[in-house]
Amino acid sequence: MTAAGSTAIAAAGRPIAGSRRLSLTWVGLVPFFIYTGLFLFLPTLIIVVGSLTTKDGAFTTANFSGIAQSYLVKAFGASITISAASAAIGAIGGALLAYAVATGNPRGILRRTVTSASGVFAQFGGVTLAFAFIDTVGYTGVVYLFLKDHGLDFYPKCVWLYDLPGLILIYTYFQIPLMLIVFLPALDGIRPQWREATESLGGDTWHYWRYVAGPLLAPSFLGCTLLLFANSFSAYATAAALITQGGVIVPLQIANLLTSETGRAAPGLAKSLALAMIVVVLVVTTLYTLLQRRTSQWVR
Amino acid sequence: MTTGAAGPGRGVEVRLDDLQRRYGNATALAGLTLTLAPGELVALLGPSGCGKTTALRLLAGLEEPDSGRVVVDGVDVTNVPANRRDIGMVFQAYSLFPHMSAMRNVEFGMQLHDVGPAERRKRAGDMLELVGLSAHAHKYAHQMSGGQQQRVALARALAIEPKVLLLDEPLSALDAKVRSRLRDEIRRVQLEVGTTTLFVTHDQEEALAIADRVGVMNAGRLEQLGPPTTIYSRPATPFVAEFVGLTNRLAGVVKDGEVDVRGARLPLVKPDTPNGPAIALVRPEAVSLVVDGDMVPGPLIGTVIATAFLGATSRITVDMGDGTVLAQMPTSEAGALSAGTRVRLALRKDPVLIARDESKPTEA
Amino acid sequence: MTRSRRFKLQLFRITIFIVLGAFFLVPIGAMLEFSTRGNAINAPRNLDAWKNIVQTPDLVSAITASLELAVITCLAMLVLLLPTMVWVRLRFPQLNRAIEFICLIPLTVPAIALVVGMVPIYRWININLSDSILTLAFAYLILVLPYSYRALDAGLSAIDLKTLSEAARSLGARWGTVMLRVVVPNMSSAILNASLISVALVLGEFTFANLLAYENLQVAINYVSLVDAGTSIAVAVAALLFAFALLMILSFVGRPPVPVAKAEDADFELGKTVSLSGGLVGRAR
Repeated sequence: MTAAGSTAIAAAGRPIAGSRRLSLTWVGLVPFFIYTGLFLFLPTLIIVVGSLTTKDGAFTTANFSGIAQSYLVKAFGASITISAASAAIGAIGGALLAYAVATGNPRGILRRTVTSASGVFAQFGGVTLAFAFIDTVGYTGVVYLFLKDHGLDFYPKCVWLYDLPGLILIYTYFQIPLMLIVFLPALDGIRPQWREATESLGGDTWHYWRYVAGPLLAPSFLGCTLLLFANSFSAYATAAALITQGGVIVPLQIANLLTSETGRAAPGLAKSLALAMIVVVLVVTTLYTLLQRRTSQWVR
Repeated sequence: MTTGAAGPGRGVEVRLDDLQRRYGNATALAGLTLTLAPGELVALLGPSGCGKTTALRLLAGLEEPDSGRVVVDGVDVTNVPANRRDIGMVFQAYSLFPHMSAMRNVEFGMQLHDVGPAERRKRAGDMLELVGLSAHAHKYAHQMSGGQQQRVALARALAIEPKVLLLDEPLSALDAKVRSRLRDEIRRVQLEVGTTTLFVTHDQEEALAIADRVGVMNAGRLEQLGPPTTIYSRPATPFVAEFVGLTNRLAGVVKDGEVDVRGARLPLVKPDTPNGPAIALVRPEAVSLVVDGDMVPGPLIGTVIATAFLGATSRITVDMGDGTVLAQMPTSEAGALSAGTRVRLALRKDPVLIARDESKPTEA
Repeated sequence: MTRSRRFKLQLFRITIFIVLGAFFLVPIGAMLEFSTRGNAINAPRNLDAWKNIVQTPDLVSAITASLELAVITCLAMLVLLLPTMVWVRLRFPQLNRAIEFICLIPLTVPAIALVVGMVPIYRWININLSDSILTLAFAYLILVLPYSYRALDAGLSAIDLKTLSEAARSLGARWGTVMLRVVVPNMSSAILNASLISVALVLGEFTFANLLAYENLQVAINYVSLVDAGTSIAVAVAALLFAFALLMILSFVGRPPVPVAKAEDADFELGKTVSLSGGLVGRAR
């Protein structure tokens, strides 16, 4: 019995009760729409409207020209650099890990452990992750002290952990597992027959990767790399815990604007930065979705 | 790669010489020796795990034997990697490269063999025409039916003009109607190009229909190798008798080179079988049913419980009281036999095999 | 596969697992090591930092608040999302895609961006409703929406909701009874999945709390680290291990019991849930 059918029957039998039921069925959806309206759409609206108005409510595009200030341009540059680098490293590392997993027993304990652990590590971020790396390769970290005792000081001049290279290293920690999770299905779709067919047709390993596996996996690999880019582009907590001074990357600049007096003075700027971030992430994730769709047509 | 035109007579001899292969504790092949004459199509038939696929993969070079040799056209290729063996292969399913059109799939092998673009496009077109898919040259795997995909796979394998063609259960993923049509198609194409071919299948009907010779395999060994008619009508071992075609398992007693089944004395394939109780394997065609006389109950008298019309022949199930027996006879003679009819079994005096084990004396 | 390639492949796999295994486990080991270091140079290993947790009032209240938030968010998620999803499937199937779309939006809006729009709303809440930290649950519910939606969606797809509810209704059950006695018991593992992921996300949340000026667990850890690094790291490790345990339960036990033949689908479903948890796009960071 379909929803329409049930109301139609009820309406035929008891017109009044039927029409009441029809109107009441909508009530069940009201809480959900009120809630998402208030806490999802309203904030988005506030961001969009706020980024286009002055403090007094007049229309302006000044907030967006505000992004062109050199320290914000620099922050965007740094954000993009970090995101691109950590996405590239994460994508390669994660793809290698996924290949190592995909070539093992599909029901094996190793695979289950690695996929489960990746689900956990891909979630791992923020303050704790920053601490973990400070305790590992920070100035009093175990690995740093150990290597220094053995003659290898990887902080000859500066402690780069608290700067862009450090962020890239730390982001890799959640990028690799995320890559494993999103890329593994594509690798699983690669059939052993394709390699064997290539061989029987006279191709070697290079031919296989160049003409078969490479082109097949490329869209998915690219898409997943974009997702990783969006992932680190949006990341805030890890950087906030690691870098206490200044706003190296865009999320830190937004946080500064929200909490500092300058931010109160220019409320539209934070909103236009937020909108810019949303646009970047939206574009990147849309491309990801399109590329994944392409792959799913080939690899099932 | 040979550049000569495709055609009969270019097949080469293939020899598998005492091939052995183990996986851990499991023996996949326990010494397989098999020679394929030039241009011949041999089908390896057997249940899953009998080693037939391993044999094919060893010949393709996708696996290495523990011992033994693979000789193609007089050259020992045992240690030659798969991509230099010049062997075309058709897989069970899903082997087309999904990001290439049918045409590109067929061209791909030639591209790897450094055939020029114009030449390979022309030849790929010819190959697709050979398998009747010219109209689908630009389709991708996901736009074609399973049967069409397998035709493209066949065209792709043959496009490199391989010395040997290997078919690894190429029809098992297709539905019945497509299967028999494509089976005939494969045979036609194979005869046309004349390539020596090894065809692996678990479907006895398929093997008997397509092959010059059939090799029945069991537990890593070749049980019998011979023309389809011999395999069917003169099975060399009980395994072959039971795996190929339907077989009645009838209780009897072996005595002095003959077996007594319900009072009928039948000759034995192996007259030196020791005396004693045994199970005789009797084909349904060797059983005919007679309705005559007073039908006094006796060991050879039974009651028809079911008839199945198979076209030219009919298969009749007879209840003997202590089990059932299958008989297959021309439909013209079976017309009068409906359920409930009392019949007398008449067993043809063909040499019969004795089953290895002593399980229930009913038909299998 | 030929032997030489199998050997090379095994060598590659072992190398990858060792190298990446070290990369992922050493930092966690380092935290444990650090949290058991003595305060003085060359002091013997001790558990002082761990003992200090309960003696730091800021930490205790933050832990309490985060746990309360986790429970509230989780319950609110179930109360809001589950009936809506069931109702849409039964009465408004044409709205299914719209609901899914709305629930997945938070994946493409970075938390740090969303919080910008939330600041004015929370200012209003503080003045007109309450300034309790528990009001953060409103924001956290948005945060967990995509993940819990996917988990519940998987559970609902696995049961024949229409037939079940019609059968129950024909036996005289009210809608409340249908929900509690028929729907919920039939998708208990999906509900467990959605709940575990929500709890894990809330316990790891930093962005909203920090920028809306509430002191939850992660904010407190960050703050305490300035005075007593050892203790804050001990709490961080404890919280991490707790979240790990939850998520491990989620991936190993929390999946629905499926016949062997369907195990692959189950893996896929798991992948789907986790891939979203992975596609988290910086929410918890």
